[in-house]
Amino acid sequence: MTQFLQQMINGLSLGSIYALVALGYTMVYGIIKLINFAHGDIYMLGAYIGFIVTTKLGLGFVPALLISMVGCAIIGMTIERIAYKPLRHATRITALITAIGVSYFLEAGTQRVMGAGVQTFPNVFVNETIMLGNVRISTQQIVIFVVTITLMVALQFLVNKTKIGRAMRAVSVDGDAARLMGVNVNAVISFTFAIGSALAGAAGVLVGVYYNSINPLMGMLPGIKAFIAAVFGGIGIIPGAMLGGFFIGIVETMVAGYGSSLWKDAVVYIILILILIIKPAGLLGKNTKEKV
Amino acid sequence: MKTMKKVFMTAMAVMMAASMAACGDSASDSSGSSSGVKIGLHYELTGAVADYGTAELKGSQLAIKHANEAGGNYIEVVYDNKSDTTESVTLAAQLASDGVVGVVGPATSGASAASYQILNDAKITVVSPSATAINQTLNPTSGEVYDYVFRICFEDSYQGAAMAQYAIDTLGKAKAIVYADNASDYAKGLADAFNAQFKKLGGTIVATDYYSAGDTDFNSVLTKFKDMDFDVLYIPGYYNEAGLIIKQAREMGIDCEIIGPDGFDSESLIDLAGASNLNKVYYTTAYTTVGASPALQAFIDAYKAEYNEEPGMFAALAYDSTNLLIQAIEKAGSTDPEAVRNAVESINFDGVTGSFSFDDTHTPIKSVLVVTLVDGVQGDAVAVSPDVD
Repeated sequence: MTQFLQQMINGLSLGSIYALVALGYTMVYGIIKLINFAHGDIYMLGAYIGFIVTTKLGLGFVPALLISMVGCAIIGMTIERIAYKPLRHATRITALITAIGVSYFLEAGTQRVMGAGVQTFPNVFVNETIMLGNVRISTQQIVIFVVTITLMVALQFLVNKTKIGRAMRAVSVDGDAARLMGVNVNAVISFTFAIGSALAGAAGVLVGVYYNSINPLMGMLPGIKAFIAAVFGGIGIIPGAMLGGFFIGIVETMVAGYGSSLWKDAVVYIILILILIIKPAGLLGKNTKEKV
Repeated sequence: MKTMKKVFMTAMAVMMAASMAACGDSASDSSGSSSGVKIGLHYELTGAVADYGTAELKGSQLAIKHANEAGGNYIEVVYDNKSDTTESVTLAAQLASDGVVGVVGPATSGASAASYQILNDAKITVVSPSATAINQTLNPTSGEVYDYVFRICFEDSYQGAAMAQYAIDTLGKAKAIVYADNASDYAKGLADAFNAQFKKLGGTIVATDYYSAGDTDFNSVLTKFKDMDFDVLYIPGYYNEAGLIIKQAREMGIDCEIIGPDGFDSESLIDLAGASNLNKVYYTTAYTTVGASPALQAFIDAYKAEYNEEPGMFAALAYDSTNLLIQAIEKAGSTDPEAVRNAVESINFDGVTGSFSFDDTHTPIKSVLVVTLVDGVQGDAVAVSPDVD
């Protein structure tokens, strides 16, 4: 039982990261039906911004987190403006391939600028272990969890209670109709990219602090896992991405903890296949009938 | 538009001409004095493993410089295989036509293996400084030893066996968990050899699990290990993951001995794991500056004077390889291929990485060093010679 609880904590920490990244996927998909494959690399850039802020400028964890979120928001908006906006009316496959191109550009560019090797993230706060019975929780794990939950609550508030949130939901349902109602669709799309990228940036800093090792290709695998998390919960649905993120994190941990770690990635992909066969709209998705 | 195209084409032509000229230069064969003995230095100077190749080139060049200062007349022929096995094949042919007496390099097993057949057929003696793969010096099709191919490092499996021997005999452990990199041949060879030797000496392998290169989260597997009854953790793999595994294990309260291979040998291990977590950590290596012999100390001083940096294992192995080849040429008294090859085969070499002679697979018989880390710093080094079959 102790071990199970311990693995749950490990899984929740990992799942928090996936959930934060998955939110960006799902928001962008919800609004322009684009699977932004460069999103995992925004998360990587977030880690590098945090790394530069803490090592070169010597700032602490909270400023690093905030600067990284702002930095990623700007990068996300810039990418949207340069790479995706000109393709707004092109076929979806064109935008998808562009996204893959952007992903490679960010990876190779970071390798060129920061070097291809692993960088060590500094210890930005003292990591202590708290014992709850026989279960260990580190301060880092608590910070990850608290930051993630705070950001999710803030996002829910933003989307459901504010004017811009309503505009986002409107564009998501029908972009053209929203435009006719006077919603500035381009601004809303930019804003969506900014929010999604900021969340990924936060995830990047959290990962840097938690594992203290970052490299230019660190976004690839978590990016794909987060995408699976978004599909699992129902892509385009914000609570679904959170649920999916935690679920994938816990499944991965349990498979490695009770089975073999060689299986953990395979199991995640099997889940993707099963969900696509059984409930393609995702766990929280509704089947929408297509009108012909 | 048309002028643009013209400009572009001209630019391309200029660039191509420039790059071709550069190619011509890359073999820095100072052919002014054609009377000297040519030694090929074939290394990974650019590309993925450029760090290794560059360090080895410096070691080799230092050896040639010393030999020339002592009255020799050796000419280096330097080639860069760009860390690419195909390029390595091409350069082997190039070296054969350049008329080199012997070749030192490349640094990695894959690029080395690609060059062996051609150089062996051309009767050019090859000394590989750091090609550690299992059966590296054997012809893969016939399974026989290449007549002209030698290496001066021990085989991967040998250090796995040495670590098992050390864990049982010196550390007094009997229950090991092996947590290995699942993808590299290096880690696989180490894990197999460790398992075999550990069991042979009466130990038990409690569990074996694997990680993938690039993983950062090991908590789940380590949590599983924590509840098991074991007294030593063996991690065959490289420092990138090993550093994180050690950190996460220590933070979780796994405080038993952690042992590993020469993949641990990097400054980055300290950055990743944190110095305070690097106690009761041991690894096998071919080279350490702890308790350096006078010969090694002289080499370190000369290297620092020449390049203004500390030499590592790769530079030291390349220095030894090049010196071994030069000594053999001098012993043979001629540049006759067969005479040089025979001189290498029968040599009793006394170098900065130890003294050794070759076994019948042209691999040295030398002991493995086990280094102890104390707060991340190398504290002590002991030589271990496992008795393997």
